[in-house]
Amino acid sequence: MDIFLQQLVNGIVLGAIYALVALGYTMVYGILGLINFAHGEVVMIGALAALTAVQLLMGSGVALPGPLIAALGLLFALPVCMALGYAIERAAYRPLRAAPRLAALITAIGVSILLQNAAMLVWGRQYHSFPALLPATPHTLAGATVSDLQIFIVALAAAIMAGLIALVHRTRLGRAMRATAQNPEVAGLMGVNINTVISLTFVIGSALAAVAGIMVAAYYGIAHYFMGFMLGLKAFTAAVLGGIGNLAGAMLGGLLLGVIESLGAGYIGPLTGGFLGSHYQDVFAFVVLILVLVFRPAGLLGERVAERS
Amino acid sequence: MSAQPQSGAGRFTGRWRELRRDPRFAWAAVLALALLLVALPFLTDWIAGRTWVRIAAFALLYIMLALGLNIVVGYAGLLDLGYVAFFAVGAYFYALLASPHFDLHLPFWLLLPAGAGVACMFGVLLGAPTLKLRGDYLAIVTLGFGEIIRIFLLNLNAPVNITNGPQGVNLIDPIHLGDLSLAQAHAVLGLELPAVYNYYYLFLLLTLAVIFVSMRLEDSRIGRAWAAIREDEVAAAAMGINTRNVKLLAFAMGASFGGVSGGLFAGFQGFVSPESFTIIESIMILCMVVLGGMGHIPGVIVGAVLLVVLPEALRYLGPLQSLVFGRVLADPADLRLLVFGLALILVMLLRPSGLWPSALRRRELAAAGGRA
Repeated sequence: MDIFLQQLVNGIVLGAIYALVALGYTMVYGILGLINFAHGEVVMIGALAALTAVQLLMGSGVALPGPLIAALGLLFALPVCMALGYAIERAAYRPLRAAPRLAALITAIGVSILLQNAAMLVWGRQYHSFPALLPATPHTLAGATVSDLQIFIVALAAAIMAGLIALVHRTRLGRAMRATAQNPEVAGLMGVNINTVISLTFVIGSALAAVAGIMVAAYYGIAHYFMGFMLGLKAFTAAVLGGIGNLAGAMLGGLLLGVIESLGAGYIGPLTGGFLGSHYQDVFAFVVLILVLVFRPAGLLGERVAERS
Repeated sequence: MSAQPQSGAGRFTGRWRELRRDPRFAWAAVLALALLLVALPFLTDWIAGRTWVRIAAFALLYIMLALGLNIVVGYAGLLDLGYVAFFAVGAYFYALLASPHFDLHLPFWLLLPAGAGVACMFGVLLGAPTLKLRGDYLAIVTLGFGEIIRIFLLNLNAPVNITNGPQGVNLIDPIHLGDLSLAQAHAVLGLELPAVYNYYYLFLLLTLAVIFVSMRLEDSRIGRAWAAIREDEVAAAAMGINTRNVKLLAFAMGASFGGVSGGLFAGFQGFVSPESFTIIESIMILCMVVLGGMGHIPGVIVGAVLLVVLPEALRYLGPLQSLVFGRVLADPADLRLLVFGLALILVMLLRPSGLWPSALRRRELAAAGGRA
């Protein structure tokens, strides 16, 4: 039972991070119908930019409390990622809006490769250790250990997601975003400035990515130029699992994927009598994805869309 | 288009068009191309060295792979992000049955078609439950499938050692037809043919076969059914096409092409490891298809050749830097992929339908652009 609870806790923390990244994928997909492959790279840039800021602050000799340094690192990474998201959309995706969809996909892949290698030139190939800035004091909760950092990550992610839902469902901008997602041409006729809405969608998604990047780096204590790729892939999987284009779906999918992964990693060994080890963690996630999609082709919360012709 | 018979350029293009209609010109072009392809290993060896003959052989291998994926993505319009899985299945099938790993040494002529069959089976295995999914859901499921295959290859070394895990399978038998081994130099007509040349010619033959099959498929009843599904699945179903079976066929065909290339890869390379079959590889093959011009065989070939040759050519960035700046500013190995990513973006921005799209695609794009 202890193992179960412990893995559940770990899974929820991982899932919260996945969910934040998945939201970026799902918002862009909902509006443009584009798999933004470069989103994982924005997460990576966020983590590395924050790392640089944190290292500078710690090296400056001024004794600041750890959480403040982390907050300042986040404050530095946020504008960097937002500008990056804006620039990517402006330079690489906007000219291709009328082009075949696969062209935009290849461009996204190109942006991803470009960012990865640019980051490698700037930060080098090595793994950087991310300093432990937030207290990792463990608490014992019904047999499972929970650290302050874990609680903080989940709480912050929940707060951000609540804010995002409020933004999309309560504000003028949110209404414009939903209208653009439904039908960009008609939204344009109704006086929505589509270009602004799409730009802002990228900026918001990139801000979430920056937060997620710092969370991952702080949680695992490591940042690396290649860290965004697998994370992005998992987050996209989570978005599809929940039903892509659907905000609540991305959150549910992210949490579910995180929990499935850590439970799978914890139980797959005993369940198969030691035949399959925890290396099969990723297989578990993808098999669940395939099974869910076979029975619910539009994801868990996705609406069934009639095929348009 | 305004005709200007008076200007020199106009007269020249007019002549050119006339010349192109002449059947003798077509034959001469084919003959010249054939001569070039036969002489290519000698030429590249002479100009750029033996490594480039190897790269040419790899380019042929990737042409086969790209044409296989082209059936799925270009003809049937199904986005497949895990195509490398079939390549991996073909490669491991050959590697396990023709290496000291299990001490099996089955002949090449048996393994190649059997590998195609096994890959085809995997294609059906993946396709059957998932083909009712819409576009991008299918993409992510194929991506997941590709990862599943790779993770199994990586970890099936315990408790029973099947794939030898991350080390991969070594000492794979070179491709041999009867007693004729391609791994040795042979003398033909007084010319010494090193091992790489033999592989090049074998790959060339098989690539031509794959091109031929692709061309015939495109114009066949099935090919037209694929085009119909790609353009409008609902209308295609209404016209009496069994969309599920036809899509499944596209998957299976594409997969078997991948299986053939995989077997050739294993025999050529001499070892296989899971590292060669990552998702990046799938994405690369997809880039070849889309960059060149989806559904258009010459375009796909250009895309494949370009994406194999370009990263290799970018290795010369180091010498180029010292030539221009007097010293090496950035490690060429680091710059290589950066420039590659940039090239992908630029090509797509400037030519969204690919470098060499088919006439049909061009018209479609023009029509869509006119509407929007």
